[in-house]
Amino acid sequence: MNDPSSYLGLILQGALVTVELTFLGCFLALCMAFLGGLARLSSYLLLRTLATIYIEFFRGTSIFVQLFWAYFVLPLIGFPLSPFFAGVVALGLNVGAYGAEVVRGGILSVPREQHEACVALNFNTWQKLWHVILPQAIPVMLPTFGNNAIELLKGTAVVSLISIADMTFQAQVVRSQTGNTAFPFLTILLLYFLISLVISRSVRALENRMSRGMDVSRVQ
Amino acid sequence: MEWDWTFVIEILPKLIDGVVITIQASILGSLVAMILGLALAILRRSQQRIIRSIVYWFLEFIRGTPLLVQLYFLFYVLPDVGIVLSPMATGVIGLGLHYSAYTAEVYRAGIENVPSGQWEAAKACNFNVKQTWVEVILPQALPPMIPALANYFVAMFKETPLLSAVTVLELMNQARGIANYTYRYFEPMTMVGVFFLIISIPAVLGLRRLEKKYSQTL
Repeated sequence: MNDPSSYLGLILQGALVTVELTFLGCFLALCMAFLGGLARLSSYLLLRTLATIYIEFFRGTSIFVQLFWAYFVLPLIGFPLSPFFAGVVALGLNVGAYGAEVVRGGILSVPREQHEACVALNFNTWQKLWHVILPQAIPVMLPTFGNNAIELLKGTAVVSLISIADMTFQAQVVRSQTGNTAFPFLTILLLYFLISLVISRSVRALENRMSRGMDVSRVQ
Repeated sequence: MEWDWTFVIEILPKLIDGVVITIQASILGSLVAMILGLALAILRRSQQRIIRSIVYWFLEFIRGTPLLVQLYFLFYVLPDVGIVLSPMATGVIGLGLHYSAYTAEVYRAGIENVPSGQWEAAKACNFNVKQTWVEVILPQALPPMIPALANYFVAMFKETPLLSAVTVLELMNQARGIANYTYRYFEPMTMVGVFFLIISIPAVLGLRRLEKKYSQTL
């Protein structure tokens, strides 16, 4: 078993964990982004303040520090988290804070007339968001969301340091068992790159799909 | 778990040692990113199509892969091919290389924002390539980029804990050392977060001022 390529299976197992972390992290990040972004635009001072604290706190420290804090400190004050769960929570909350600013920017980018039109049509807040504002704001947000998803994918490498068996962790295992360094690290670099290409291409496809109905030039 | 202030004061000198290394690494990394990013941005505009596409894919690759893995690569693979660097040098090169892929885009946008009339004027004055860049293009392109560049340097500062994975004794590594030695995680880990907030919040406020200052001149 000294041939490093026989360890490829191990690295692919790790790749699966990386993909799972990315998916769950993105899901949580998306929820937090909309909660945080909408709360920052809320008319209630309390909601705005809470959202600002959340965003500034998670953007002010790095994912690494947050992950270690979640993993080592939360159990001490009575919230034991499994490493995987700590990873998903830290990644999701961190990237969600960046996403919240994107959501805020996207909603603010919708022209004022659209908001006024909703008032004129007597829409309530929920109808206004769902039928008018978000369909126009989401295509604006998508490209940055794609970049954030790639940042999250890159963040998952850090979880290997709290003993989650992701791709980076498995590469370290292969390195320590075979003494070969070039094979494991080049392989995972390529795999990370492939995953990030898949993310950026799918976001671009989604962007084209969602902005299809908004193509003003076609209507004219 | 009780928060113990005497323990905090006891570990403070070690943590401050770590902060100094963290700041050094960020400043050196920023310098590397600033210079390398500019070189990459200029290469990206090369006449040769092959150079352009090589640089494009190189930048995509750096941006699409985790900094941690890039650091591991530099730390473990380079010695095998005969290049032995200290952990700190590895960390600074890793940070600088990773962020140069981002600063290159900032430079590119800034250079593209210089009106084409300026290029033509430089040609009309019979400037050579070096004169065109140094005397005409860069002095106009650089000031508007400052906020965006500074933004990435703040981001880089927050990524420095990753250097602990390649044995640089920065803040995070000092805290982990203390935690492993005393079995107390609460204070060291929290203090790391506090130190990062203490430095990055003023940095972000400074950034907003930079943004205001340079958006007015445009």
